[in-house]
Amino acid sequence: MSATDFPRAEGRRFWEGWRHTIGGHRGLLIAIAIFAVMFAVYGWKQPVGLTSNIINTAANKGVLLALVAMAQTVPVLTGGLDLSVGMVFVFTNCLAASVVVGGGVQTAAGIVAVLAAGSTCGLINGLIVVYGRLQPIIATLATGAIYFGIALILRPDPGGSVDPDFADFMTRSTWGIPSSIILVIAVVVLIWIPYRRSVLGRAAYAIGSSEQAAYMSGVPIARAKVLAYVLSGVLAAIGGILLTCITYSGEARAALGGDYTLNSIAAVVIGGTSLFGGAGSAIGSIFGAFVMRTVGDLLFVFDMDPLWQPLFVGVVLLLAVSTGSLRLLRIRNKLDLYR
Amino acid sequence: MDSIGTPLLRMQGINKHYGGVRALEDVRFECRESTVHAVLGENGAGKSTLIKVLSGVVQPDAGTIELGGERVTFPSPAAANRAGIACIFQELSLAPDLTVADNISITNPPKKLGLIDHRAQRRIAEEVLARVGGEDIHPLTLVADLPLSRRQMVEIAKALARNPRILILDEATSALTAADVGKVFAMLKQLRTEGMSIVYISHRMGEIKELADECSVYRNGRYVASFAAGTKSDDAIVEMMIGREYSNVFPPRSAKVVEGPPALSVRNLSWEGQLNSISLDVRPGEIVGLGGLDGQGQRQLLLGLFGTLIGATGAIEINGVPVKVSSPERAKSPNIAMALIPEDRKNEGLMLPMSVRDNLSFAALGRFTRFGVVDRKAEAKAIDEMISLLQIRSDGVDGPVASLSGGNQQKVVIGKWLMNRPRIILLNDPTRGIDVGTKQELYQLLRRLAADGAAILFYSTDYDELIGCCDRVLVMYNGAVIRTLAGAELTEHNLIASALNLPASPTPGPGLAMAHAGAAS
Repeated sequence: MSATDFPRAEGRRFWEGWRHTIGGHRGLLIAIAIFAVMFAVYGWKQPVGLTSNIINTAANKGVLLALVAMAQTVPVLTGGLDLSVGMVFVFTNCLAASVVVGGGVQTAAGIVAVLAAGSTCGLINGLIVVYGRLQPIIATLATGAIYFGIALILRPDPGGSVDPDFADFMTRSTWGIPSSIILVIAVVVLIWIPYRRSVLGRAAYAIGSSEQAAYMSGVPIARAKVLAYVLSGVLAAIGGILLTCITYSGEARAALGGDYTLNSIAAVVIGGTSLFGGAGSAIGSIFGAFVMRTVGDLLFVFDMDPLWQPLFVGVVLLLAVSTGSLRLLRIRNKLDLYR
Repeated sequence: MDSIGTPLLRMQGINKHYGGVRALEDVRFECRESTVHAVLGENGAGKSTLIKVLSGVVQPDAGTIELGGERVTFPSPAAANRAGIACIFQELSLAPDLTVADNISITNPPKKLGLIDHRAQRRIAEEVLARVGGEDIHPLTLVADLPLSRRQMVEIAKALARNPRILILDEATSALTAADVGKVFAMLKQLRTEGMSIVYISHRMGEIKELADECSVYRNGRYVASFAAGTKSDDAIVEMMIGREYSNVFPPRSAKVVEGPPALSVRNLSWEGQLNSISLDVRPGEIVGLGGLDGQGQRQLLLGLFGTLIGATGAIEINGVPVKVSSPERAKSPNIAMALIPEDRKNEGLMLPMSVRDNLSFAALGRFTRFGVVDRKAEAKAIDEMISLLQIRSDGVDGPVASLSGGNQQKVVIGKWLMNRPRIILLNDPTRGIDVGTKQELYQLLRRLAADGAAILFYSTDYDELIGCCDRVLVMYNGAVIRTLAGAELTEHNLIASALNLPASPTPGPGLAMAHAGAAS
């Protein structure tokens, strides 16, 4: 090999690195692309253009689901599922409508209390799944009902209040950007990225990818799983606080929790996270959530009956999921199809 | 240093039982710094269990482990890792959805400000891959996208990145290319001079001769002997590995020579580098064994014949007629009439929660169906016949098959396929984990089926079984049939010697050096 070959070989290796980086985020990139196309069409067709009011409303709606979808992502990455995210979201909404009041220090203390409540819900889920050895789907179905029950006791009728300064700040624009978008970016930067780059975050991916291999490698499986559910509870609680700011009240409505749970799973899948675990990211789920929410807006600007919305959401979901099954074309032993 | 006197690792009196099955009994093992210690034994000798005990994967029922003179216990793989023991397993310990670099530093990644430092992690991966000779592997590739041989290199690099004091290689080279093996060997020799203790398990005698300083032999879960490498002949080592503790009663072979065209004829079957141009014939009435060490392509061969491998090349003839077996459904159709008794009966053989009756008739429903409706009376009659033929002991044949013993479950699997009246029966290690009594019944059943004209291809990891049950044994190595043993040359010594791909022993009989089984008989 002559000396001049080196830069070329280095260059090839550099591009190979990029190819792998892009390949590893295929699902995320597809979700971003789908969202970009949908939002461009929406902005173009929108009769009054994209005013800050319209953007704010769209952002708030999208971010609510985005936070719950992020909460769903973490257990899904470990190969689990959290059917209680929607109920934690509702429960923390009810709690926040009682404690995030009074202004200043008191409001801050209320926020901390709500986050602590959310993480406790997650901790209970995690402990049951890891040490009770129950399947996540049934464990969280049960705990979700319990969390909703507590929400009902807290707030039998819709009502309550929230610190109005805090609520206004959260639902308006800051520096020309909707505050809720800033919130979601902050969550990504302060919670998701550090988690993704921690040993236990890495462990969550390893467990979802192959729990056996993770165990053989000496990965701390129990701790990583419990943390995944705790994180899920915290993220759902952040969503619950934002909901309180938007509605100025708390409401224990079962349909709301159920809706958010199911939509969060759909958003996770559209965002490129595998329901088998091991691959994907919470950032993809954010875009997945925005795709889900934009479908409704698109129907509106095209003057279509809102009754069509569920159908279209279903079609988008199917299309997004189908890209994942392309890998089946590579299988060489038919028995692997059923594993 | 006094490393000559006291070994780095000493395991003593290790016992391990799985249910009623003894895996290890009063086993010991010692190894020193700066040596390569080879662990030898045939299938089921307890090597893998021994390694699992040492690496914290299973807990021994009794016995002690001393590391550097101190008593230690390894309740988990993580504990063994911390003590400086790294193991390269046969079954890979890589998370397929993570990148190579992520996998290599999975438990102890480099950190910056408390977060994983991706750049440093990538550098570590590049360094350690270069050390094992896997420079071609990009650290950001997903493990799932790598071929098996590259994954194995990553596995080796990962173990090495932990800077172990004891490195265990359990058949780590079986998936590697010859060039990779050379690189890995150079690295292992280097590590040995640096003071590492290396435990090396391989079925390839050539590799052991090249690498090992010391050898320990195990047999049937017991320790046999340790000796310095080069002090025993291959023959002597093979004798040590053979041991007979029980012998099964096998039915007599059929005396008549089987004539006529083969029921199953395979030419040049190849698949994905795991099957390499396999040719064989099985005649009606014949039981042909598949021998060799575990994982030499025997399972893939049976799956390939049964139509589950995509992209397999080669020709298959049934009774002289060329056929294409594209799926199990096609394989069981009347003009092929093939049956595969799978190895993993709980997943591939049975529907555990369903009743014995339902399981028995499932593969053969077509026989009792008219115009899409199952004739329940005919079905019940056929099931009753099968239950009595196989002597399935079951208080309620309407109860779930999961409640039966392993032996009876296996009978249900076999009965399920016999309902279809197969003319070609493929068996994938059918006696694994079943009791001696049921085994004997099974041997007699196979002989009866053969006498009725079935052609049987029988893979077993139990050499006694191959010798006692089969008319001929094809020994596989590296995805190819390397030798055919029949008649007087069908001995345990020859089976093991050819499984290890040693040159044929001259003693028992002529004709051992027959190169390719396809050409035989």
